[in-house]
Amino acid sequence: MAEQKLSAAEKVEGVGKATVSFVESVGNGGVIIAESIYWILFGVRERQPVRIGAVIQQMMEIGVAAIPIIIMLTGTIGVMLAIQGIHTLRIFGAESRVTIGIAFSVVREFAPLITGILVAGRSGSALAARIGTMKINQEIDALKVMGINPTRFLVVPAMISMIVMVPALTLLGMFMGLFAAGLYVNADLGISMAAYTRDTIDILSLDDLWHGLGKSLIFAVLIAVIGVVNGAGVQGGAEGVGKATTRSVVQAISAIIVTDMIFAFVATR
Amino acid sequence: MRNPANILEERATRERPTTGPGNVIEVEDLVTHYGDRMILKGVSLEVHENEIMVIMGGSGSGKSTLLRHLMALEEKTSGTMRILDHDIDQITRQEFLDVRKKLGVAFQSGALFSSMTVGENIMLPLYEHTELDALTMEIMARIKLEVVELSGFEDLMPSELSGGMIKRAAFARAIVMDPKVLFCDEPSAGLDPVVASALDDLILDMRDAMGMSIVVVTHELDSAFKIADRITILDRGEILMIGTVEEVLVSKSPRVQALLNRTPEEDTMDPDEYLSRLVGETNPGIAHL
Repeated sequence: MAEQKLSAAEKVEGVGKATVSFVESVGNGGVIIAESIYWILFGVRERQPVRIGAVIQQMMEIGVAAIPIIIMLTGTIGVMLAIQGIHTLRIFGAESRVTIGIAFSVVREFAPLITGILVAGRSGSALAARIGTMKINQEIDALKVMGINPTRFLVVPAMISMIVMVPALTLLGMFMGLFAAGLYVNADLGISMAAYTRDTIDILSLDDLWHGLGKSLIFAVLIAVIGVVNGAGVQGGAEGVGKATTRSVVQAISAIIVTDMIFAFVATR
Repeated sequence: MRNPANILEERATRERPTTGPGNVIEVEDLVTHYGDRMILKGVSLEVHENEIMVIMGGSGSGKSTLLRHLMALEEKTSGTMRILDHDIDQITRQEFLDVRKKLGVAFQSGALFSSMTVGENIMLPLYEHTELDALTMEIMARIKLEVVELSGFEDLMPSELSGGMIKRAAFARAIVMDPKVLFCDEPSAGLDPVVASALDDLILDMRDAMGMSIVVVTHELDSAFKIADRITILDRGEILMIGTVEEVLVSKSPRVQALLNRTPEEDTMDPDEYLSRLVGETNPGIAHL
C-alpha cells in the first residue's frame, strides 16, 4: 500500500516536472524569438549587425544542400498520390478527376509537411548538435567574454535562413510533386501534360498557395527555435549532445504535425 | 615537501615589474549559489594592474566558479564586483560591451570554434568589433600567432592541432584585441612539463610585454609558483589566504600546508553525521539505530 502511494506520488511528481520543463522550454523559445527580432531590428544600432555572410552560409547548408532530397521525396509523394488517387477514383469511374486531389494535397498539405519534416531531421538536428557542442566546449562562454552576443551570432543567421529557405524549398516541393504526379497521370490515364497543367492551374487559387507557404513559415520558426532550445539546454558531454539532437528531431516533427492539423482546421473554417 | 628556498631561487632568475597603482578587479563579499548549494561564501579580493593573480584550491573549492564570476558569466547572489572601474550592477549595456572588449580569456579546453580555421578564430574579435580591412586583420592575426610561436598554422583547423598548440592558439585569440585583463583557466592542465613550462613563460611574457593583468586558475603548484605575483587560496568557497608566493610558502595554516604538500586533510567529521550522510538521513539520531 505504502509502495502504491509512493508510486502515485512519484507519478504526480513526474508529471509536475515534465509540465515545468515544458513551460520552461516554451518560455525559452519565446525569449529566443524576441531576442532574434531585437538583433535583426537593432543589431546595427548596437554595433553588432547580423552578418550577411553567416546568413548566406546557413542558407547554403539548410536550403541549397537539401534541394536533391526535396526533389526526390516530393516527387515520390506526388507519384504516390497519383497512384492512390487513381486507384480510389476508379471505383467510381472518376479517375480523370484525380488532378483535383493531387493539386490540393500536394500544395496545401504534402509539400509543406514533407519539407518541414525533412528540414527538421536534417538541419534542426544539426543546429541542436552544433549549439550543444559549442556549449560543452565553452565556445558559447568564449563568445560572451569576447562581447559577441551568441543569439545574434549563432541563432539569428539560422533563424533567417530557415524562414527564407523552408518556404523556398516548399515551393520547389510543390512544383516537383505536381510535376511527378503529372508524369504518372500522363502515363497511366493518357491525359496530356498540357491538359494536366491547365486543370491544375484552374483548380488551385492563390489562397491554396499561401496556405502551404504560410504553414511552411511557421514550421521554419518551430524547427529553428526547438533546435536552439535543445542545443542550449545540453547538460553533460557528448551523450548530452546526442540526447538533445534526438529530442530536437522528435519535438520538431511532433510540433510540425500538430501545427499542421491546427492550421488545416483553422484555415478551412 | 617542496623546498621554499629552491622555489624562491627559481623565481629570482626573472625580473618582475612592479604592479600598477590601481585595481582592475575588485570583489567584495561575493556570495553565489547553485540551486540551494552555496558555492562562494563571501569572497573578497582585488587584482592589481599589471599583476598575475593565481587562484588555487582543491577540487570543489569554488575556483572555477570564482573565475566565471570575474568574467561576468554568472549571476551572483550578493556582493559587489567592479571590473575596470565599472560596477557590474550599475553598468549600462553599452558600457558592459565595452568592458567585455577589454577582457580576454583562454579556457581550459581552448574553446576554439571548430568550424573555423585557427586564423579565422583569432580574427573573429577583430571582425566583430573593429572596422579593419581583411588584410590588416590577417596581419594582426599572424602577429599574435608569432607571439605564441604558432606562425604558419593559421590555415589549419583546430582539430589538426595538438593540446599545447590549441592552448597557444586560444591565447592568441584572447590577446588579439590587446585586453587589459586576461583570464586563464588551468593553462597547464593535461600538458607535458616542457609544454606547460613554455606556456608559463608565455603568460609572464604577456604581462611584461603587454602590461596586462592576468588571472590564472590552476592547481599546478609548479606553474603557480613560477608565474604568480600573488596567490589566492580558496577552500570550500572561502578565501584561506591571499599573499605573495613567499607568504604562501611560509604560511603556518595547516590547510594551506595540506594543499602545498598535496596531503589529504584529516577527517574531522562527527561519526554520527558521517553515518547519517551515508544512509541519506539528516537526523543524526538515526546513527544510533
